[in-house]
Amino acid sequence: MSDRTAELDIGVPQAGTAAAADYIRLLKPRVMSLVVFTGLVGLVLAPGTMHPVLATIAILCIAVAAGASGAINMWFDRDIDALMERTRDRPLPAGRMAPGEALGFGVVLAVGSVAVMGLGVNWTAAALLGLTVAFYVLVYTMWLKRRTPQNIVIGGAAGAFPPMIGWAAATGEITLASVVLFAMIFMWTPPHFWALSLYRAADYARAGVPMLPVVAGIAETKRQILIYSVLLVPTTLAPYFIGLSGLVYLVPAILLNVLFVLGALAVRRDATHRAPKRLFAYSILYLFLLFALLLADRAAG
Amino acid sequence: MADGENGAGGANGKEFRKRRRGRNWALLAVLFGLAVLFYAMTIVRLGGGQ
Repeated sequence: MSDRTAELDIGVPQAGTAAAADYIRLLKPRVMSLVVFTGLVGLVLAPGTMHPVLATIAILCIAVAAGASGAINMWFDRDIDALMERTRDRPLPAGRMAPGEALGFGVVLAVGSVAVMGLGVNWTAAALLGLTVAFYVLVYTMWLKRRTPQNIVIGGAAGAFPPMIGWAAATGEITLASVVLFAMIFMWTPPHFWALSLYRAADYARAGVPMLPVVAGIAETKRQILIYSVLLVPTTLAPYFIGLSGLVYLVPAILLNVLFVLGALAVRRDATHRAPKRLFAYSILYLFLLFALLLADRAAG
Repeated sequence: MADGENGAGGANGKEFRKRRRGRNWALLAVLFGLAVLFYAMTIVRLGGGQ
């Protein structure tokens, strides 16, 4: 029997034994899909035209960089992921992959995606992409996540950059319109994650992650969700007022916001996990629909 | 032992080889995709596309 086989038998994560599916799982594909979509919308809404091949490369780079951030995040958080129900089946805590593999995979993808964006598209977009990865890994994952309940408020900026990167890929610039797209996701992130954390509070407490319900309590979290939901209204209607979109966007966006605020009010009244779960699911649909409406508005007019 | 349940020729060995084969195919697809990507990118950039 070879040494390699002997090592495999004892169940210790061994470099080179993870399946391709585990590498894909490291990339957090579900998060990536929303990142890609919002990046695409930023690229399409930007003025001017872009060669389809370069546009495809730009979107691919955004997707790969987002995945790389997820992989490095999973490498750093493997200790607390093992303690939480939601994350304990990830490749590292489940023992299907050696930590160094995940880190190497993430770093190679991060550096590669930023380099290709710079060489193939432009260096403004590449710089924003590099900033996004650094912000997610260094600021959110390594610094804020385990230290402050404001972790997802500030760290949420990393998830808000993609439409700005898409815009920069098409124009080479950062403008007010792209900052508004950034702000929409930035303001959406806290109520989205806090709704999740309301029914995952025990998980976060066990792992020692100071999410708002763990540190400030359920009632304060529900209050903050409502405040951010109200602040989200002017932020998401701003595209109309700066001339980025028309009525095709504005009218349904108002309706979506009314439903969001009603959902936040329902969370405040509901003592069970039902309303938070519904708000979390709705918040994903809400963001997807808002950005889809921006596209529809552009197509219509 | 080599042909036993947990040896190189056993259940774990087979599983390992299956996973390794899947990884190799995935790596081939990625490398091929990168070659196509860089080729297309070069053609577009040389043609003055932006």
